[in-house]
Amino acid sequence: MHETGTPLLPAPLAAWFAARAWRPHPHQLALLAEARAGRPALLIAPTGAGKTLAGFLPSLAALAENPRPGLHTLYVSPLKALATDIARNLTRPVAEMGLPIAIETRTGDTDAATRRRQREVPPQILLTTPESLAVMLSMEDACRTFAGLSTIVVDEIHALAGTKRGDQLALCLSRLATLAPGARRVGLSATVPHRAPLVAFLSADGRGKGVTIVEAPEGAAPEIAVRLPDGPLPWSGHMGLLAAPAIYDLIRHARTAIVFVNTRAQAELVFQALWRLNDDSLPIALHHGSLARDQRAKVEAAMAEGRLKAVVATSSLDLGIDWGDVDLVIQVGAPKGVSRLMQRIGRANHRWDEPSRAILVPANRFEVLECRCAIAGVAARDLDGDPPPAGGLDVLAQHILGAVCSGPIHPDDLYAEVTRAAPYADLPRRDFDDVVRFVEDGGYALAAYDRYRKLFRDAEGRLHVANARVARQHRMNIGTIVEAPLLKVKLGRGFGGHVLGEIEEYFVSMLQPGDTFMFAGRLLRFDRLHETVVECSPGVGDDPKVPAYAGGRLPLTTCLADRVRAMLQDPAQWHDLPEDVAAWLRLQKARSRLPGRNDLLVETFPRGGRWFLVAYCFEGRNAHQTLGMLLTRRMERAGFGPLGFVATDYVVAVWSAHQPLRVAELFGEDMLGDDLEEWMAESSMLRRTFRHVAVIAGLVDRHHPGAEKSRRQVTVNTDLIYDVLRKHEPDHVLLRATRADAARGLVDVGRVAALLKRAQGRVVHMALSRVSPLAVPVLLEVGKESVAGAGEDALLAEAEEAQLVAEALGKVEPPPPPVHPVHRANAAPDRKRPSGYAAGTQGRATLRTLRGRRQGELPLAE
Amino acid sequence: MSAAPIHIAGERLMLDPAGVLWWPARRLLAVADLHLEKGSSLAARGALIPPYDSRATLDRLITLVRRYRPARLVALGDSFHDRHGAARLAREDVARIAALAHSVELVWILGNHDPVPPEGLPGVTTAVLHEGPLTFLHDATGRPGEISGHLHPKAAIATRGKWVSRACFVADSRRVLLPAFGAYAGGLDVRDPAIRALFPRGGRAFLLGRGRLFSFTLAELREAEPA
Repeated sequence: MHETGTPLLPAPLAAWFAARAWRPHPHQLALLAEARAGRPALLIAPTGAGKTLAGFLPSLAALAENPRPGLHTLYVSPLKALATDIARNLTRPVAEMGLPIAIETRTGDTDAATRRRQREVPPQILLTTPESLAVMLSMEDACRTFAGLSTIVVDEIHALAGTKRGDQLALCLSRLATLAPGARRVGLSATVPHRAPLVAFLSADGRGKGVTIVEAPEGAAPEIAVRLPDGPLPWSGHMGLLAAPAIYDLIRHARTAIVFVNTRAQAELVFQALWRLNDDSLPIALHHGSLARDQRAKVEAAMAEGRLKAVVATSSLDLGIDWGDVDLVIQVGAPKGVSRLMQRIGRANHRWDEPSRAILVPANRFEVLECRCAIAGVAARDLDGDPPPAGGLDVLAQHILGAVCSGPIHPDDLYAEVTRAAPYADLPRRDFDDVVRFVEDGGYALAAYDRYRKLFRDAEGRLHVANARVARQHRMNIGTIVEAPLLKVKLGRGFGGHVLGEIEEYFVSMLQPGDTFMFAGRLLRFDRLHETVVECSPGVGDDPKVPAYAGGRLPLTTCLADRVRAMLQDPAQWHDLPEDVAAWLRLQKARSRLPGRNDLLVETFPRGGRWFLVAYCFEGRNAHQTLGMLLTRRMERAGFGPLGFVATDYVVAVWSAHQPLRVAELFGEDMLGDDLEEWMAESSMLRRTFRHVAVIAGLVDRHHPGAEKSRRQVTVNTDLIYDVLRKHEPDHVLLRATRADAARGLVDVGRVAALLKRAQGRVVHMALSRVSPLAVPVLLEVGKESVAGAGEDALLAEAEEAQLVAEALGKVEPPPPPVHPVHRANAAPDRKRPSGYAAGTQGRATLRTLRGRRQGELPLAE
Repeated sequence: MSAAPIHIAGERLMLDPAGVLWWPARRLLAVADLHLEKGSSLAARGALIPPYDSRATLDRLITLVRRYRPARLVALGDSFHDRHGAARLAREDVARIAALAHSVELVWILGNHDPVPPEGLPGVTTAVLHEGPLTFLHDATGRPGEISGHLHPKAAIATRGKWVSRACFVADSRRVLLPAFGAYAGGLDVRDPAIRALFPRGGRAFLLGRGRLFSFTLAELREAEPA
């Protein structure tokens, strides 16, 4: 007898299920019913609930009933690997069902001949990524390719919405709705805090109309435990290396484990630490975004075949193909967010009706609190994450050019189409027109580029692409992921040797020949930089540097921060904390006070001839960096002589020459005025953001590694463009896009504003005679973190002074005699800095070394 | 502003933190690699970068001319990003250059980007200018007394916390290499063999700062140099 609803399945599918004694899940059938009714649908299901099959079942059913040539279903995945894997997993059942359905992938790896053939004879089911879809849509024959499209499946939609890739996909969906008005959209999502934005993302009007939500039952609640390192709990540090023996032990007793860490540097260190303990020669691998692609593919394949005992991974494995054998997830270091933790935990045991098993390994005391709170958050299903921001104008610029490349279009029609994409639903026409003008001729007030325009308008006002070169150049530059400049790391010299992966250029600039560093789990000796290749040999020694990757750390989410604050101020919640941590909090309560849930605790105290101001804001690293900079400016004006600051996820600490007074006034809401504007304009973060915007918007060409010489790319330093544009046209649309990105990303102005608002009238200032227990961790960070407070000129002056001293002491060669040194009488007034910063060691301040301070040994009483 | 004095071939020269060289005895101001109209040059190749670079570069240059009141302004080549650059200059920029020529003798040294005299602009054009013991030219040959550009020197200094990279002069007792002055002109690290070869006996890099220079020996900069 059939289950209710099974008659929905056509015979070949029903037979296939029956032969395996399987039954479709109710949510899979529900999605099929939505398809039959022709309604767009969003499936929200936990990992392992058969989400993907649910997405494809309606298409298989339709094609089984009405076989037809031509593109029927388009599947979009955030990951190339996922598209490939799903194509593989779908091909077999389709063959077993005896259905004549061609299933193919189209990604950046697809060769030109296949791409051409796919455009002429498309498969019924095509699996692709947002980038490849954008390329297909920019082709002149896009209209024909997609005309008969019936279904669009967007997988992992929660991972795309709210990102620039999501903006791009939303615009592509809107384009597809014009080219293929009959195509129905299906979204597949993990459990999310905000559903409305996903519904809007899927809807035809961009505002959520007509989409049905189908929900799979929640899976079994995960089992999460905390494992502390043996011995005293460390005060600071984020690497979690003390726990390596414990982690190794957990791995030994698991079938297969994924060891998640927060940064690539941490991945290298943890991997190395585990390798040293690996007396059993367990197959343990390393996976992060800077490793060579084939290296990563090898690890993934070994994992899929069950040949690995464990893999140490960064967010590079947060999403991806299912590995049935993983039975344990270990999170080393703070989880930073509840949703992120759940995503990672879901990587273990992909059977939704059995609990996933996870163990959190905090690296320091604050992280113990954070882990406890994250576990409580998971139990309460208290998901975090900000609602998606408005779509980026840079992505819109790319899309507009792509749309025009595929054929002439009137701006009015294009505007209507764009505003049917959720991220652009509220896009003002003025912004749209500015972006169109930017695409046309740069959109500058000084109309100098009329003869170089990329688009022209015909008599009816429709936009045309100026020539074939513009379209060709555009297709080379499609995509919204902008990598930092990378250099290849090669073991061996010349033509021999093999590439281990890529490393950020700025890390290499800090290496000297003979330095050893950790990369791809190996100890390497830096031999030389040859063009764009870092040549290395196997290294020896015990003090390697670790590549530090810019922007590798996600800030603590607001929601998790709230939980940590709530736990801190409520001693009743401390009972299950480790005794070290509880004692630390009790001492804080006795010596100073605990940060309250709705106030802002600020401590000041003298130490080592300086004054420290520590603010317990809990707004995440990015917001604290911004706040630290704003505070130092204010303190400068107030005459407190700030010397530098350091920001963690929990607090910001500023040190100064004089005692900070009238502390509450420092945190006035007006802080976000001119200082912020001025600093943002000068900030290197803005320059980095501008570079991304400029690449995505198509102002400068995308960096194609290794291809600079052959392709005659236009390369010009975007920092220089930024300076000129800011001075001569500060309101240019690209600068507006840059400021919008920075405000919500690296600068995180939103959270600073929320904090200042919360703090008004509620700043609790504790003027202490010595360091408080809670302030110890951040003080240990001082000197390890880069100091963002000082201007570049001040830093240069300091370095110059150090060199003069070194010359005077005979440590470096004096300058050749006839050259006179800079006339120092006119030099800018020297800022006195602690003399501990010698020139030769300054570059290492941002390097984390394996040695360094022994953790867990700082006595509270000094 | 504090310009740094150096002595080459017995002559006292001032290095200005704005990136120009001033020879007080001859009232001569030298500037290198203006790369005017680089914006429009790139625009012709499909990158519509902001067209304000010539304006920005001339703004800064005219300010310096007003301050020093030179008798002669020597542009050390690559004054235009390509050979048709002068013809693309906006009318007001042409007028500003013409106005300069009323008070200053303009000398355009030819560069590899602009191997022809600038169309429609006042001034004299030459490949090399010999003046007293000094030679002004685009690309240094290695003979003593040369004041040159072409290489766009920059240097990166390891400071506390981060690397700071700036355009710089490079000098020893025999020659001076000027930083590129153009708003869109990039830089070449002083550790590059092309620059290193000019200073076999060492020298100093003078990094441009706000109102002052920061001086470092090349030896120190070379510590970080790949073998």
